[in-house]
Amino acid sequence: MSLQGKIALVTGASRGIGAAIADTLAREGATVIGTATSEAGAVAISERLAPLGGFGMELNVTADNAIENLIEAIEKQHGPVAILVNNAGITRDGLLMRMKDEDWDAIMDTNLRSVFKASKAVLRGMMKARAGRIVNIASVVGVMGNAGQANYAAAKAGIIGFTKSMAREVGSRGITVNCVAPGFIDTDMTRALPEAQRDALVGQIALGRLGAAQDIADAVAFLASDKAAYITGQTLNVNGGMLMP
Amino acid sequence: MENIEARVKKIVAEQLGVNEAEVKTESSFVDDLGADSLDTVELVMALEEEFECEIPDEDAEKITTVQQAIDYVNAHLNK
Repeated sequence: MSLQGKIALVTGASRGIGAAIADTLAREGATVIGTATSEAGAVAISERLAPLGGFGMELNVTADNAIENLIEAIEKQHGPVAILVNNAGITRDGLLMRMKDEDWDAIMDTNLRSVFKASKAVLRGMMKARAGRIVNIASVVGVMGNAGQANYAAAKAGIIGFTKSMAREVGSRGITVNCVAPGFIDTDMTRALPEAQRDALVGQIALGRLGAAQDIADAVAFLASDKAAYITGQTLNVNGGMLMP
Repeated sequence: MENIEARVKKIVAEQLGVNEAEVKTESSFVDDLGADSLDTVELVMALEEEFECEIPDEDAEKITTVQQAIDYVNAHLNK
């Protein structure tokens, strides 16, 4: 599954799933650029990726032109992005009855609009190369829904629809676009849930345990590799059997 | 100065995978040369690179024939 010589961009690579993805792609040989929302975060990513091949950069995915500028800078210095992993995401959970407009907008901006912008920005280079891999991190919640996460579920389901459309648009140019939909993964995001809710969720998982960030990273590495050349527009559900759509 | 018409025709032929002899000034990318919508986007990208200019989307939409591409380049190329 060698990704030797390829430039990979992973958004939201400071912690959790994004960190595991960045490290894994780097171990597979890619030069990985991992983004963080703060300069300190970017420095930490650089330290982590240095021995593997890669570095961190600061990126606020909601800032005007920030994504375009970052990708332009990367392409100037290192060459075209061959692998894009849209991972950056946040939650603003709450029952719909109480959900504020800001909670909705923040999720759409960070989780969905950023996917559109980053995918568009790397497309020119990928079309010229007649090759490219885009892997979008969706969520089991985008497929099955979840009380208290109407905004998050809408954005994640939006990513899945975006992925299918884009896959149809650019398939003729050798570019594949897929989603990985993680189930219940042991990260800071899920650790914030109350214990009772966690226990109830684990009860629905066929494998009877939470997933690890590495489980997601391995699926992403596969979709980013040459071995997944004939897979596009798909959502790979990595959820321990929590949902079998 | 190199012949702009020849350069445009060369790029059109390369991008659309057609023989340069088939590319006439009056040729329409879609109707005569078999381009699809993505091909036309790529063609504009290639023109931008060849002539080191940026073609805004609203202008790009109006470039549908070889002649229109030549005219656009002539009108916008840095003198």
